[in-house]
Parts: sequence; C-alpha cells; structure tokens
Amino acid sequence: MDRRLWWFLGSGLAVALIVAGVLSGFAASDPDGLERVAIDEGFDETADEHPLADSPLADYAVEGVEDERLSTGLAGVIGVAITVVVAGGFFYGIRLYGKARRSREPT
Amino acid sequence: MHIPDGFINLPTSAGFGAAAIGGVWYSIRRAARFLDDRRIPLAGLVAAFVFAAQMVNFPVAVGTTGHFLGGVLAAVLVGPWLGALALTVVLVVQGVFFADGGLSALGLNVFNMAVVGTLGGWLLYRGLIALLPKTRPATVAAAGVAAGVAVALAAMAFVLEYAIGGAGGASVGTVAAAMGGVHALIGIGEGLITALVVGAVLATRPDLVAEAPKMEVMAHG
Repeated sequence: MDRRLWWFLGSGLAVALIVAGVLSGFAASDPDGLERVAIDEGFDETADEHPLADSPLADYAVEGVEDERLSTGLAGVIGVAITVVVAGGFFYGIRLYGKARRSREPT
Repeated sequence: MHIPDGFINLPTSAGFGAAAIGGVWYSIRRAARFLDDRRIPLAGLVAAFVFAAQMVNFPVAVGTTGHFLGGVLAAVLVGPWLGALALTVVLVVQGVFFADGGLSALGLNVFNMAVVGTLGGWLLYRGLIALLPKTRPATVAAAGVAAGVAVALAAMAFVLEYAIGGAGGASVGTVAAAMGGVHALIGIGEGLITALVVGAVLATRPDLVAEAPKMEVMAHG
C-alpha cells in the first residue's frame, strides 16, 4: 500500500480518536429524537433494562472512572479500538470468503 | 435512534431481524466480489469514524438531541455494501459493549440504520447524482441531501415497526408526526456533517471516494 494511503488512514483514525475521546465529552446529554418521542407519547416506560447494563463500558462510561468527561472519552477511545478490530476482522473474513468463492467458480 | 428492548414486541423484532440478516448477507455477498487489501482498512476506518461521530449528540430542540447516523457517508466513501456492513459492525459493538440499543432490538436497529439508512440512502444519492451535473459541489450536495432524507427514512422504518408491534399504545399517527418532525431537524445536522466530510475527502483524496461520479470538470490544477 502506498504511503499516502497510510497517511490518509492515520489522519482519519486520529480524527476519529479526537471525536470519540475529546469531543464526546462535550456532547449534549438530553434524550435523542427517539427517546424524546417515546417520552412524549408515553411509551418510554416500556423499555426493558439492557441485559448488559452492568457491563464495564455501559452507556459510554468506563466503570470506576469518576470524572465524567474522562470516563466518556476513555470509553470512546476504547470503542474506536474495538470497532477497528471487529470491523477489520469481519472485512478480512469477507475477503477470504470472496477469494475462496472466486477460486471455486472461476469466471 | 437506537431502539431499546421492549419498545417493539418479539415477533416483530424477529421479522425485521430476519430482513436485516437478509440485507447483511446480501451485502456480504456483494462486498466479497471486490474487497481487496486496500479497501479493508478504509472500511474499518469508516466504521471507526461512524462509531466516534455517533457519540456526539447535538441539540436539535429544547430538551432533545440528535446524533450523526453515517449511513450515506459510509456508502459514498466505501460503497453501499461495505457501508451497510460498517454500520452493522458499529451497531453490534454499541449493543454488545456499550448497552446502547437493545439485543432483541439489534435486528430492528440494523434494519433501520444499515439497510434503510445506508442502502436506502445510497439509492437516493445515486438518483440525485444521475440528475445533477458531475461536479464536486453537486456530489457534495447530493450526499448531504441524501443523508438528511435517509435519517427521516430510518425514522419512518421505526414508525412502521411501531405500527406493527409497538408497546405502550401510542397512536401511530402521532408517533409518525413526532418522529418525522424531530428527525427532519436531526437530518439537517446529518446532511451538513456528511457534506463536510465528503467535501473534505473529495478535496484531498478524491480517488478514495468509491461512489464519486466521473467528474466533468476536473479540480483546479
């Protein structure tokens, strides 16, 4: 891969980390559009608690980190890392699948 | 926009979950035809950026916020199939690690945001591109408009799900009006962010915009 592509990937990842790690701490905290509609129309109470609500990263906060902005930012950085790994593995798997298919049915 | 468990009953969630699996499987089949070593990191970056941007809620009305969805942005940058799969990865990561979006509702969320919001939004984008001149500003505008409308489409997909199997007995008409109204506002933010990012990538690395039309007028220089 050419060096310019790595530059692009590196700067893109840096932007994602800044957005998830810093900007996220300044995000508005009011209910989002769907939550607002659910509250106004009276069906917000029908939501069940998330089965993984006790997980260490639930609601974009790192368990045990008191400072709210730091906790959100840390969760964001971890989330970007998880997303890169899961997406990378998934797409690599699809590539292998595509290769296998192409070698089975040459066109 | 992420549906928690409980809003939509299980049979309806299962039905839309099956539709979501169909959409994801079709996207995998299409992506497998062309995916190469170069596109894997790009698609991974798009997923990471969408995850990051979705964290930043912006106010749209008193006491109400919205956040970026990113389906059309992903589709324009890496194509509809990898774009829909990138959104799917983001939704799975959010549901499994961050308790954002229910687990029985995961299929609903993938259907609304990865299938309707990404593939549906991409169809809109393609329609606009066909009508507009093949220039950079027109491409940026098409991406922005399609992204904004895609948010409203995803909101309407929720209304459909609520009409079929929603809990709490709210009137479908008022839910539709409320969802449409607030997501029209969120769509404006979506359109602006999408236009900004597509514009920035077109200005620096136009070759990395998978769905850019062949430009009639070349960029300066």
